[in-house]
Amino acid sequence: MIKIENLHVSVGGKEILKGINLEIGAGEVHAIMGPNGSGKSTLSNVIAGRDGYEVTKGSVTYKGKDLLEMRPEERAWEGVFLAFQYPVEIPGVNNTYLLKAGVNARRKHQGEQELDAMEFMQLVKEKAKLVELDQSFLSRGVNEGFSGGEKKRNEIFQMAVLEPSLALLDETDSGLDIDALRIVAKGVNTLRAPDRSVVMVTHYQRLLDYIKPDVVHVLVDGQILKSGDASLALELEERGYDWVREEAAA
Amino acid sequence: MSDVKKQSKSESTPEEMASREYEAGFVSDIEADTLPPGLNEDVVRHISAMKEEPEWLLNWRLEAFRHWQTMTEPHWAHVSYPPIDYQAVSYYSAPKSMKDGPKSLDEVDPKLLETYAKLGIPLREQEFLAGVAVDAVFDSVSVATTFKGKLKDVGVIFCPISEAVRDYPELVQKYLGTVVPAGDNFYAALNSAVFTDGSFVYIPKGVRCPMELSTYFRINAMNTGQFERTLIIAEERSYVSYLEGCTAPQRDENQLHAAVVELVAMDDAQIKYSTVQNWYPGDENGLGGIYNFVTKRAECRGHRAKVSWTQVETGSAITWKYPSCVLRGDHSVGEFYSVALTKMCQQADTGTKMIHIGKNTRSTIVSKGISAGRGNQSYRGLVRIGKDAENARNYTQCDSLLIGDKSGAHTFPYVEVKNATATMEHEATTSKIGEDQLFYCQSRGISEEDAVNMIVNGFCKDVFNELPMEFAVEANRLMEVSLEGAVG
Repeated sequence: MIKIENLHVSVGGKEILKGINLEIGAGEVHAIMGPNGSGKSTLSNVIAGRDGYEVTKGSVTYKGKDLLEMRPEERAWEGVFLAFQYPVEIPGVNNTYLLKAGVNARRKHQGEQELDAMEFMQLVKEKAKLVELDQSFLSRGVNEGFSGGEKKRNEIFQMAVLEPSLALLDETDSGLDIDALRIVAKGVNTLRAPDRSVVMVTHYQRLLDYIKPDVVHVLVDGQILKSGDASLALELEERGYDWVREEAAA
Repeated sequence: MSDVKKQSKSESTPEEMASREYEAGFVSDIEADTLPPGLNEDVVRHISAMKEEPEWLLNWRLEAFRHWQTMTEPHWAHVSYPPIDYQAVSYYSAPKSMKDGPKSLDEVDPKLLETYAKLGIPLREQEFLAGVAVDAVFDSVSVATTFKGKLKDVGVIFCPISEAVRDYPELVQKYLGTVVPAGDNFYAALNSAVFTDGSFVYIPKGVRCPMELSTYFRINAMNTGQFERTLIIAEERSYVSYLEGCTAPQRDENQLHAAVVELVAMDDAQIKYSTVQNWYPGDENGLGGIYNFVTKRAECRGHRAKVSWTQVETGSAITWKYPSCVLRGDHSVGEFYSVALTKMCQQADTGTKMIHIGKNTRSTIVSKGISAGRGNQSYRGLVRIGKDAENARNYTQCDSLLIGDKSGAHTFPYVEVKNATATMEHEATTSKIGEDQLFYCQSRGISEEDAVNMIVNGFCKDVFNELPMEFAVEANRLMEVSLEGAVG
């Protein structure tokens, strides 16, 4: 699905990612864990195409194409999705309207017929159930006046509607209470599919209790120092990150 | 078509009119009717004479002119422009003959046509708007004629104000200048002295006007020129919705515009006045473009009267405009909903005045300003609660949205409260279209340009919702066309 090779990224002249190597196959779920400031969010933002990140070295290949060459919307059309750590409010812009524009732009790009309002509403209602999102949210402004938990649920709802091939969940678990976490996790689990890969960026092991990753990576100081299976997350929870650093230095 | 022809026949068909013009050598007549530049009492007399106006109106004009001479151009607005030489303007030019207009769309500025196409305006209407001398105009005449019959049935008068002076002199004399006095301000005084035409609307007691009245369908609205004068009277328990302008840019050679609009609402009457103003804004460097100095004021003269101004302003190089409500009747209501967009080098100083005089009067102000490029705009609003205005309420919300880092937004709210029972609420925000918002939309598959349109339209929603349905859709599209290339 995606192959990242020796990726170096700077923000404002400061190097944040220092040679990332990562390969994620179709249908796999990877978790990227690491302490604050290790570069986790930078990695997901670079993949999604946010401005202000300078790639100084390395490459990102997605479905055989050079991902870094594409504009953010082109990446979305190709199936990349980022669930934001801090979803943005866009007052007055209807939540459903935004999604419909996104879905149809993608369909157009793929040479498919655009969905009409009726077809789209049907799709949206079905997906809203998945994350137990009240119908009233559909007609509200994008994230306008949503609580923290509602915003995160809205992200997963959007993911469900857009049906990406590669979903990046940037700290989707932060700020969620247990009930909300369970709902979000249920949504993500339902969306697991052989042709869909998921990357979860998180601080805590907690989320991984609900969404079981195939691979766990430890990102420290801009480098992936260790990778392992789900048990690695438990070990990190118990022992922290310093031992990974020490092990890598040794 | 044959049906339509029959209808217009009674008032002589447009074809006949056109040919008569030609036979009479009307073209050379016109040349004689265009006054040389300059303004003095003779010019005012000449305008009045050309329109065969009654004595009282001539005197009214002359008084306005004399007053104007004692006044100085106001400079308190947050706009700058080279001095206007009022003696270099020609104050009377008879309506142009069709022969002077472009012969076909081939002769019209391609940029203008491009905009029409983007707005989805049918070819026929494009010709009409661009002033092409063909059938499209004749069609519109027929539309206007059908229209008039329907209004006549319910007793609504909707005609050019010059016609009203001739046919309903007592009504015009009773109301003209009672909301905006001749000497109200520099531009209003100038307008009072030299106005050439405009609209007159009279809605009788208890009548709900059966259709939206639109200048677009009033053929005489073409070339009314720089000094338009509109007077709308809504008698007790009547209702009217009036639409001014249209979303397509209009061909207009005059740079200086100083219009006056007066609205009078009696007991339980309602007037809804919507404007879409999309005159030529000038080029990227600020050259050309219309100077728009307008005085619009409504008086809720009766109890429980309601006036609502909705405006979408995207055109003109300079806009100086403050549609206001004088809430004289008890329980009367004034509303002002505005979207103003300035881009390139456009400047707008716009807002409203809500003057609370009666008891339990209420006013609402929602102003949305969008600035892109080197556009600069100010919201300037006054809310005055008089000493007898018990329990008056005002709610003001003004929001500014900036696009790019060379645009500017300013807010000048003035509040005067002379009665302690008043309730005042004021909210103001200034925001920039954030990279965060743009990236969010893009990551959902929406291009940057579409994202900007979406965010701007969302920002304007509260105001667009107040527009008549059809206008609202057009307003959305207008914003998109206006914003093209504004980002990047």
